[in-house]
Amino acid sequence: MNIIEFISKPWPWYIAGPMISLVMFFLLWSGKSFGVSSSLRNVCSMAGAGKYYKYFDFNWKKEIWNIVFIVGAVIGGYIASNFLQNFNSLELSNKTVNDLLELGLEFNGEVVPSEIFNFNSLRTLKGFLIITLGGFFVGFGARWAGGCTSGHAISGLSNFQIPSLISVIGFFIGGLIMTYLIFPLIF
Amino acid sequence: MTKSEIISWFRIQEMFRFHSFHMFGVIGSAVFLGMIQIFLIKKINFKNSKGKPIEFKDKKTGKYNNLFGGIIFGLGWALTGACPGPMYILIGNGYFVYGLVILSAIMGAFTYGAIKEKLPH
Repeated sequence: MNIIEFISKPWPWYIAGPMISLVMFFLLWSGKSFGVSSSLRNVCSMAGAGKYYKYFDFNWKKEIWNIVFIVGAVIGGYIASNFLQNFNSLELSNKTVNDLLELGLEFNGEVVPSEIFNFNSLRTLKGFLIITLGGFFVGFGARWAGGCTSGHAISGLSNFQIPSLISVIGFFIGGLIMTYLIFPLIF
Repeated sequence: MTKSEIISWFRIQEMFRFHSFHMFGVIGSAVFLGMIQIFLIKKINFKNSKGKPIEFKDKKTGKYNNLFGGIIFGLGWALTGACPGPMYILIGNGYFVYGLVILSAIMGAFTYGAIKEKLPH
């Protein structure tokens, strides 16, 4: 098996987890910290929101690596999906497939449920709300909590931060409410 | 992250339904190695590439912000199946509608910045 074949297979957790940890190391080594949601604040600041609100009033040029990081994420996603793909569909747990089917969501082997996440679904109220409200919650919640999965769950927990632990518990409370209480209502 | 399928909406559902170890393995091993990494950095006083000591800022402790913000984040995470990092990666994967998810997330961050003083922290 050559190297391209090897990396074209889906990666198990014990490869992906250490890789994420390595990303954190490189960021620490270059004098930064690992956290993606601060890029959202940066974009607002770049767009000039600092003139109106103190929260965005900082020197975003010093934090430009943040934007470089997300551009890298887009490029990485492009390379992985176009050149390193194995064309096997995702092996989702049968229980999840069945649960979703009960909600009327068929697992299509794709990365996301394409019947919701496409431009046509924006024309329906449901699709529009899922996409915009979902994104809004992520941005608003991450900034209120002071971090997202990378900043709190990975960086914060690695450094034994209590606020991060509380935040991660919050992530799961919210996720479980959505999954078990709200999904049955909207799907 | 594309390769380990953690950008998948379906994998996030699997995680919130506790049907697979995959996501917990990814996050858990990243945190475990992160703890060792940070412990060693502090222990040997490892310098960054500019020769300065690596600083770890403590996350600010608040009474409400972590829990409430966390819950709102969790609602959005389950709904869109993506946290901020994967949103960008999904665009690279050709799911361009996530551009609108990101735009909404930026609006969310903006709204937070605008009403920050009125929220409990």
